[in-house]
Amino acid sequence: MDHDHIVKSFDDDLSRLDSIIAEMGGLVERQLSDVMTALIKRDVKLAQKVIDDDKRVDELETELDQHTITVLALRQPMADDLRAVIAVLKMSANLERIGDYAKNIAKRVLILSNMDPVGDTAQSIGRMTALVQEMVKNALDAYGTLDIQKADNVRLRDEDVDRMHTSLFRELLTYMMEDPHHITASTHLLFISKNVERIGDHVTSIAEYVHFLVAGELPREERPKCDLSSQTTLEED
Amino acid sequence: MPPLTHKVSAQNVNVYYGQKKALNNINLDIPARQVTSLIGPSGCGKSTFLRCLNRMNDVVDGCRVEGNITLDGEDIYARGVDVVHLRARVGIVFQKPNPFPKSIFDNVAYGPKIHGLVDNRADMDELVCTSLQKAGLWAEVQDRLDAPGTSLSGGQQQRLCIARAIAVQPEVILMDEPCSALDPIATARIEELIDELKENFTIIMVTHSMQQAARVSQKTAFFHMGELVEHGDTQDIFTRPQDERTQAYITGRIG
Repeated sequence: MDHDHIVKSFDDDLSRLDSIIAEMGGLVERQLSDVMTALIKRDVKLAQKVIDDDKRVDELETELDQHTITVLALRQPMADDLRAVIAVLKMSANLERIGDYAKNIAKRVLILSNMDPVGDTAQSIGRMTALVQEMVKNALDAYGTLDIQKADNVRLRDEDVDRMHTSLFRELLTYMMEDPHHITASTHLLFISKNVERIGDHVTSIAEYVHFLVAGELPREERPKCDLSSQTTLEED
Repeated sequence: MPPLTHKVSAQNVNVYYGQKKALNNINLDIPARQVTSLIGPSGCGKSTFLRCLNRMNDVVDGCRVEGNITLDGEDIYARGVDVVHLRARVGIVFQKPNPFPKSIFDNVAYGPKIHGLVDNRADMDELVCTSLQKAGLWAEVQDRLDAPGTSLSGGQQQRLCIARAIAVQPEVILMDEPCSALDPIATARIEELIDELKENFTIIMVTHSMQQAARVSQKTAFFHMGELVEHGDTQDIFTRPQDERTQAYITGRIG
């Protein structure tokens, strides 16, 4: 953000919020790319790293919360400053949740590493994860450059994530029907897929707060919902 | 005629102090029974504008007002307008509490007396009492109405001045930084009072405190270098101002 307040220490306060978000965002992006690699390559060490990294994300969220409260109490920000403070508060809560999901995926990767792969579903989930990781990156870039168009595009990408999840849901059900031996692994993979789908929703929320920061209001249009897994059944052949 | 949605309306208002133009083409409608805040840096013209609304600028040497200012649709600068009567309809409370060097009772009774609003002692007692009650001061002064107004604390004096303004049953109350000389508790009392007064009066307030404008007013107008830059719902002005100058001012940036 363009700061340059008459009271310079106010700029420092806002810059600090920026830098906490930047650090959180970097860490979370890294968690996503690591957990994707860990899933595909069955890399237990890397999965453990994702779990360990989450602590730092949580710490940063707490730090940002405290700093936000201080800024609100001492600076009483107005207009775009107020929006910036509210936006980072919301963004950090979403980033923290994304970190939690990454950690949960990593835990399941640890379990899955001892089981047979279920078709190439791990690769499909990898592609889906790559997509949400890119969304996180774009949302944070949009925040850094106050690019409302970029933020709105992130929102629209969530459709693809939802579709991929719905399709994975069907695929995994099929594997479970075919061979009960796959049920445990498929269930974990299903939760992983759902976690990635939820990450997509949290990225979308981040993008919406970037929109809010720039435009002064949250995006009005409903975005299309394409996660149909809640309505999905498997037709008997 | 359709009912007026605004109490006071300024159209194409220019104000000059001698050669210097202090206000440039101001157009502003002020809704009835709401609080409208005028904000802006020192010298932006907000107090000048406020003082146009009850013709306080008439007494300033070299001050000239152009354009149209209406109260309930009637031009207040029209020939034949009784300025004393106008100022009874549009009262004013100043920055520094300025009670008359008289008793608390007489401070409030003075206006109704000269305007001939009451004709007997009982009605006057009643009017002084209700005015002090409306100003939230009655409980504190009811047993010392004969004490000098100046013996009260700053916050009480300001509420006395508000009681004095209310006593002549105005429709509009102008307030020029009414809390700038008061501590936070006295300020909170006045703000609470303003919130109650808006039920019956149209209030227009100049303030340097953005937080105060945000707390008490429903509408906010931002003045800058003699121009009305932006006005609208207070909530919008403080969360998403449209003009960069407003943004710079309310966020404390170098404009």
